[in-house]
Amino acid sequence: MIRKLFLSVLGLVWASAASADFALNMREGITELSTETYALHMLVFWVCVGIGVVVFGVMLVSLFLHRKSRGVKPASFSHSTTAEVIWTIIPCLILLFMAVPAAETMIKLEDSRNPDMSIVITAHQWRWHYKYQDEGIEFYSSLALPSMQARIKNSGVDPFSVDNYLLEVDRPLVVPRGAKVRVLLTSNDVVHAWWVPDLAIKKDAVPGMVNETWFRADVAGTYRGQCAELCGKDHGYMPVVVEVLEADAYAAWIAARTGSNE
Amino acid sequence: MADHGPAKGFTRWLYTTNHKDIGTMYLIFSLTMFFIGGSMALVIRSELMTPGLQFVHPEFFNQMTTMHALIMVFGAVMPAFVGLANWMIPLMIGAPDMALPRMNNWSFWILPVAFGILLSTLLMDGGAPAGGWTMYPPLVLQTGDAFPFLIFSVHLMGISSIMGAINIIVSILNMRAPDMWLLKMPMFVWTWLITAYLLIAVMPVLAGAVTMLLTDQFFGTSFFLAAGGGDPVMFQHIFWFFGHPEVYIMILPAFGVVSEIIPTFARKPLFGHDSMVYAASCIAFLSFIVWAHHMFTVGMPLSGQLFFMFATMLIAVPTGVKIFNWVATMWGGAMTFETPMLFSLAFVFLFTIGGFSGVMLAIVPADIQYHDTYFVVAHFHYVLVPGSIFGLFAACYYWLPKWTGHMYNETAGKLHFWASTIFVNLTFFPMHFLGLAGMPRRIPDYSTQFADFNTMASIGAIGFGLSQLIFVYVLLTVKKGAKATDRVWEAPRGLEWTVPSPAPYHTFDTPPVKRVTQESFQ
Repeated sequence: MIRKLFLSVLGLVWASAASADFALNMREGITELSTETYALHMLVFWVCVGIGVVVFGVMLVSLFLHRKSRGVKPASFSHSTTAEVIWTIIPCLILLFMAVPAAETMIKLEDSRNPDMSIVITAHQWRWHYKYQDEGIEFYSSLALPSMQARIKNSGVDPFSVDNYLLEVDRPLVVPRGAKVRVLLTSNDVVHAWWVPDLAIKKDAVPGMVNETWFRADVAGTYRGQCAELCGKDHGYMPVVVEVLEADAYAAWIAARTGSNE
Repeated sequence: MADHGPAKGFTRWLYTTNHKDIGTMYLIFSLTMFFIGGSMALVIRSELMTPGLQFVHPEFFNQMTTMHALIMVFGAVMPAFVGLANWMIPLMIGAPDMALPRMNNWSFWILPVAFGILLSTLLMDGGAPAGGWTMYPPLVLQTGDAFPFLIFSVHLMGISSIMGAINIIVSILNMRAPDMWLLKMPMFVWTWLITAYLLIAVMPVLAGAVTMLLTDQFFGTSFFLAAGGGDPVMFQHIFWFFGHPEVYIMILPAFGVVSEIIPTFARKPLFGHDSMVYAASCIAFLSFIVWAHHMFTVGMPLSGQLFFMFATMLIAVPTGVKIFNWVATMWGGAMTFETPMLFSLAFVFLFTIGGFSGVMLAIVPADIQYHDTYFVVAHFHYVLVPGSIFGLFAACYYWLPKWTGHMYNETAGKLHFWASTIFVNLTFFPMHFLGLAGMPRRIPDYSTQFADFNTMASIGAIGFGLSQLIFVYVLLTVKKGAKATDRVWEAPRGLEWTVPSPAPYHTFDTPPVKRVTQESFQ
């Protein structure tokens, strides 16, 4: 009975694994710091796998060897200071080995000096407002209409038929490739969080406070993220889309946006 | 008066000051809450089965996530461990009852009232609280009529927990059997002593935080409102100063349970009893200086981030000591695999997986990616479900024969174990992948690339929910089982096995003599 259940579950997992494209891991992203973050994530992951193999290995051997049904007599030892000192010190060393590179990346993450441009992001329930500080451009960015229509309860629209369902906006944030962009975040109402996984940036937008972070996108393209702090009923419906353009395309975009002001 | 039995009828339960009756009520209450909170989880998982909204509106979805957490944390896990403490601590230290029996009655009976109030908010204008169990302002101030009821019920839960904790500390420090000096106490008693201190330290902090929310909402203060000169982030600091010790409040007693069960079924003494005590104390101390690791994205100075990262990573050391000691306890033993042992072994295995993701979350740059995604949901459910909840199941199976005088149905117990273990992994393991792929938590609908793992998790959750009915079956049929002996198991240690099964209404009217205390630990 248990075996049957187990096999059917396994079969189910297998069947769905074969039919879909599964993202199993964190994305490496498109900035220097996102790559470093990914490397840190993989470092800690493999350290944990290593520790897991040793600890679970010993445990499994013990579960196999030291059972009453094999007729063994239980030992009676109950402590060993040497062993306990060893398995206190080794984890400390492993932690140090991971803490140093993490601290190095953190120092870089906090260094938002000398930006090429600054964007003020103000969060609202439930859309983002972007303001280019020097270019005098500002606009709201909300969930795109096709997703808006499909998201209604029992809308009859198949989410799979909508391009980038819930991850598309009417007006994306546009930035030039290779520029150091400083992001200043605040909120108009409740706490939100601005997150783009490919930029490895997630920062809270807190009312009454201005938070600062930065990124430098190395690859042109469109990158999608979402609000990451519960902000009310439409928390799931305020995506972030960042379009990274080459310098000339960006200049053309700026000209087109400011053209009407001239 | 060893021969007088309990009163009859409902008043027995309403007026009781007996630690066994109160323990039973706590356990039944928490099981009820476990099923209520669990059905809310199933509403959440049903909605998330496929992309698009099928069953509930986003507002109600948020009410479900908020209520699920509040009920599971304050209604299921914490009262269940207090129930175990009530039943077992007097039996384990050779005391006739808890030190403060009337307060004991009071601290239990507050709970049904607190949760009655909390659950009634589902019917109010604006619905139940929907701002998350973390109650972050300003969002929580947008709650409808439910708001003051939420605050009041949290206050009641806190009062109940504080009284329970005082009772446990006073009982342990004053009522131990002769010759049971502190470092000889069973691990379950030790971990509960530490937990009780944590409770006394942090529940008033939570009470203060929610009171400030209340005055911000109704009495014109601005503790957390920027417009009035307050600071919304300060609430998060205060909340997590409570919240982080709170997670150890939910896991330390489970450590204690597992430390009782593994030696019994390995037929070998617990490895490193004293270092287990030091490790648990160390974890408790560190739990006070790591709170801001819940808020690495909130905008903190670099020095603050570094401090909280290092302090958080340090917790891995004493936690590692505990896990290594459990494995060393198994090593060289003569193990058998009855249901309590199975749950304990799964605890060690799966809690460690939750510990690994905990270490990953401590690394700040990586945490910035993991924060508020399903990776975090996977992490804390691994430490809470196959951690705390499996610890509770292990304890119930282990002591059920002592409580009822009958052996439970071992086949059903094993089935409950295997079904729970398979489904808990099917539910929560895919959530790691969802989080890494970029799915935020607390959303009612998601982009289509997250569909497959969500379906898998939902199937797992429904399976896990149904598996718990086996546990109810085990409880309902236990009276039909074979008569349990006084010792129940082959080689258990501790004073609780020196009293008859079922444990009489009054035990240890006179303290056990020195010899009994010593022999029961051999």
